[in-house]
Amino acid sequence: MSSFDLRHVARLARLHFTDAELKPFESQLSKILGFVEELKEVNVDGVEPTSHPLAVANVFRADEPVQSLDVEPFLARAPKARGRFFEVPKIIEDRS
Amino acid sequence: MTLARKTAHELRELYRAGSATPDQTVAELKSRIAAKDGRLNCYVGFDAAGSGVRRNVPQDRPLWGVPVAIKDNICVEGQEATCASKILKGYVAPYNATATERLLEAGAILLGRANMDEFAFGSSCESSCYGPTRNPWDAERVPGGSSGGSAASVAADLAIASLGSDTGGSIRQPASFCGVVGLKPTYGRVSRYGLIAFASSLDQIGPFTKDVRDCALLTSVLAGYDPKDSTSADVPVPDYLSEIGKSVKGLRVGLPEEYFGKGIQPEVEAAVRSAIEKLRALGVEVRPVSLPHTKYAVSVYYLVAPSECSSNLARFDGVRFGRRSEGARNLLEMYERSRGEGFGAEARRRIVLGTFALSSGYYDAYYLRAMRVRTLIRRDFEEAFKEVDALVTPTSPSAAFKIGEKSADPIQMYLSDIYTISANLAGVPALSMPCGLAQGLPVGLQLIAKPFDEQALFRLGSALERELAFPRSAAREAA
Repeated sequence: MSSFDLRHVARLARLHFTDAELKPFESQLSKILGFVEELKEVNVDGVEPTSHPLAVANVFRADEPVQSLDVEPFLARAPKARGRFFEVPKIIEDRS
Repeated sequence: MTLARKTAHELRELYRAGSATPDQTVAELKSRIAAKDGRLNCYVGFDAAGSGVRRNVPQDRPLWGVPVAIKDNICVEGQEATCASKILKGYVAPYNATATERLLEAGAILLGRANMDEFAFGSSCESSCYGPTRNPWDAERVPGGSSGGSAASVAADLAIASLGSDTGGSIRQPASFCGVVGLKPTYGRVSRYGLIAFASSLDQIGPFTKDVRDCALLTSVLAGYDPKDSTSADVPVPDYLSEIGKSVKGLRVGLPEEYFGKGIQPEVEAAVRSAIEKLRALGVEVRPVSLPHTKYAVSVYYLVAPSECSSNLARFDGVRFGRRSEGARNLLEMYERSRGEGFGAEARRRIVLGTFALSSGYYDAYYLRAMRVRTLIRRDFEEAFKEVDALVTPTSPSAAFKIGEKSADPIQMYLSDIYTISANLAGVPALSMPCGLAQGLPVGLQLIAKPFDEQALFRLGSALERELAFPRSAAREAA
């Protein structure tokens, strides 16, 4: 896996790398991907994947109203909040 | 009085007899911490008053007056919970984890928050934003990881017991390196509500203790169904303490051939084999078994765990909690810079690796294939447990390595978890206990049992512990 394109994957992961970091990270990740290549030699025909060791699905709690945690302590932990909202940089550009 | 040296069950007796008080124990531990922890760096923070968090409950509760350290990824209401990461510095937990809540209800005193590898990514406790924890047996060496602070605090008598979390060995490997007992319970046995998630199909909370009886005692407090964790199992909790001291005659243990031989430090193998002879002398039937897919466990783990972590860590985006990078020109740049600046090198490595393994065009070849091989690893255990009650292996191929020795080579670091990873992939419970020394450093022996059969681990572990007389006090002297 020599063609690991860190810039592309980092964009998918929303993770900034400086130009100086790209090369060493790319080479480490290529090594790790080279290491896990050994899984290609295992015959997995007809083997179901295990996503989870406990065989549970669709766990529901009882449909009864319960007291939730208050909103304020959570807003107080946000880097920026206004009123009852989290505040983020502008998403839609002004066109005026 | 040397209350800091005591186990939880010994403290209980002293309190009951009226010959000591919890305040005396806390005071002793605090003065040891003041003297030793500047160097060891087990703790990353304390409650504001500095006397430990406690709840007023009756003295007959199982952990009444027992001071414990809590890994910094388990929420304690009103205290920071940072995962030893810059991105969460300053984050104050708004509620208690269920494990925290259970400890408080049992009467435990939460003494402080223990150091760890950032987001539990590591096997040496070197990637913490607070700097590395040092091994009490030899301060030039790592305590193991990721729960390095939890293990070292118990080994150095800076806590009576502690909580850690184990995703690929993060309780058992540091327990092994520090000469204490550590348990990764069965997947689903202990609620993870309030544990900051790393890899949700693998993570379990578990205890570090000075002996097997305390391990059973803490596990009986922590275990049980929790409706707040949809992966918690609604399975009755047996009486773990009744296993302590029971006869092991006639039990069958298996030695998986794949866990001995190639790559293991000879003194480690010798210590484990000598402990196995002691089990045999107690009437345990020892037989060889095979877990043929063991060699693929590290590769499976380093696809499954990063994939799940890349998804879990998507929530750290600078919007709702944690660090936000200032001066970004738009939303995308704010995400990228908050995360790029907030996460350390190993966290970024794993997020990128997981994102890649899950990305379009690569999912089948990497993540899906890893999940299929995971099934084969799980089946290996199911087959083995048709023949035996438990498996015995070394916990780690080596004793504690030097600080800096493996930090430049991620693959070498990953391989130090080669014997612990499979238990997480299969969801089975596993305990590490000290079984001897290799060049003066502790060696851990791992016992692995069937799902929800922690009883077998406590029974075998306590019987073996009596035969071994491990020199635990050496760490206290060295620290």
